[in-house]
Amino acid sequence: MPSDAPDRDTAVAREHAVSFTLNGERVRCQVPARTHLGDLLRGTFGLTGVHLGCEHGVCGACTVLVDGRAVRACLMLGVQAEGATIETVEGLSESGRIRDLQDAFHARNALQCGYCTPGMLVTAAELLAECAGEIPSREAIRAAISGNYCRCTGYHAIVDAIATTAEARAARETAE
Amino acid sequence: MKAPDFAYARPASLDEALALLAAHGGDAVPLAGGQSLITTLNMRLAAPALLVDLNAIPGLAGISEADGVVRIGAMTRHRDVGTDPLVRERLPLLAAALPHIAHPAIRNRGTIGGSVALADPATEWPACCLAGEATIVVRGPQAERRIAAENFFLGLYTTALEPGEIVTAVEFPVPGPDAVWGFEELSRRHGDYALAGLAATARRGAGGLTGVRLAFFGLADRPVLARAAAAAIEAGDVKGAQGALSGELDPPEDPALRPATRLHLARVILGRVAGRMLDKPAQDGVPHAV
Repeated sequence: MPSDAPDRDTAVAREHAVSFTLNGERVRCQVPARTHLGDLLRGTFGLTGVHLGCEHGVCGACTVLVDGRAVRACLMLGVQAEGATIETVEGLSESGRIRDLQDAFHARNALQCGYCTPGMLVTAAELLAECAGEIPSREAIRAAISGNYCRCTGYHAIVDAIATTAEARAARETAE
Repeated sequence: MKAPDFAYARPASLDEALALLAAHGGDAVPLAGGQSLITTLNMRLAAPALLVDLNAIPGLAGISEADGVVRIGAMTRHRDVGTDPLVRERLPLLAAALPHIAHPAIRNRGTIGGSVALADPATEWPACCLAGEATIVVRGPQAERRIAAENFFLGLYTTALEPGEIVTAVEFPVPGPDAVWGFEELSRRHGDYALAGLAATARRGAGGLTGVRLAFFGLADRPVLARAAAAAIEAGDVKGAQGALSGELDPPEDPALRPATRLHLARVILGRVAGRMLDKPAQDGVPHAV
């Protein structure tokens, strides 16, 4: 086996070594096969912004970006993070990439208890990135966050905050 | 809840995956997008000894066209199926179905092969396969098999897949220039399971519609081709088609929805889809009291 061959773990095992990019940093760890990505991110890396609500893919609170796409961290195994680029709400907020979205949530009071907020922010971040300067309709915003449950706000303020951010980004792009 | 303990392997080739499934028999299950499988593990509704992850196998994802057939690799994510330019042009029915499949984060991860292999009777891809006369391509330890969608979906979460076989692709014949299609789904919430759904295809000519295929989902233990209703649509009789559904669909008893109500919803969406395919106003009204 040439020494530069990729370190591919194809063995049958209950625990595997994984290495991936987490919020911009290369990380390595051991993870039991049964541990879902949400538990890996929270337990091993302390990223407790990954909120676990239902743990069966319904509530959306654990949503993270995997290779730029919104994914349920409870419906992906930690071992499947191998080679991926993963961003949690911590990474998105610390990089400043969703500062405007966070400000809009704050200004519009788009959260009360805050449990759904990380998932909402990550889902909205994907939508806004995909829109690339286009302004999504309120209907499109509602469809995009339809997989994220909020039991406090009634959603109106969240839709407002995302719409406001989309409009501001589009206006900025036009001005540039 | 947390999943029970299991072993995991990420084979780098299809042969390796098939060998693992063969070696471990019924204790091993293939892991595609995981959007249903990991749910059932987290809820402890399943306890396999080994998950064989198909995500690192090259060549299982992707969409191509050759000889009048669009081939969709089994590991192609829902979102990539429905947004693919080739699919949007050749198979607009699939593009229309995409927004009804769960939510964006599920569509980013779930796969068409996984959905077809699971055969949940309330889901969109199996009905699209029936309406679009798809062929399900599967590989077992010995050979490849090609199974017409009509012979693939056999019952509740039951398919023609043999133990140790993996779905490798779904192939759709490219519809002709006279093809028309329709898709409708009713659910309680955006992205929720279908209360009633319909994927339909036909050819439209001067004399009306021919080759009508009406694949209903959420209305039985599997997606169902309503043949008598399709014949009535070909005769231009939408009301007759709606009436024929009671003999073709047998909606399950469900505490949340009476079978008669579900059947009523099937007639409503048939009226809409038929109207669209005939290029006439929808006929939502139903012929019989329900």
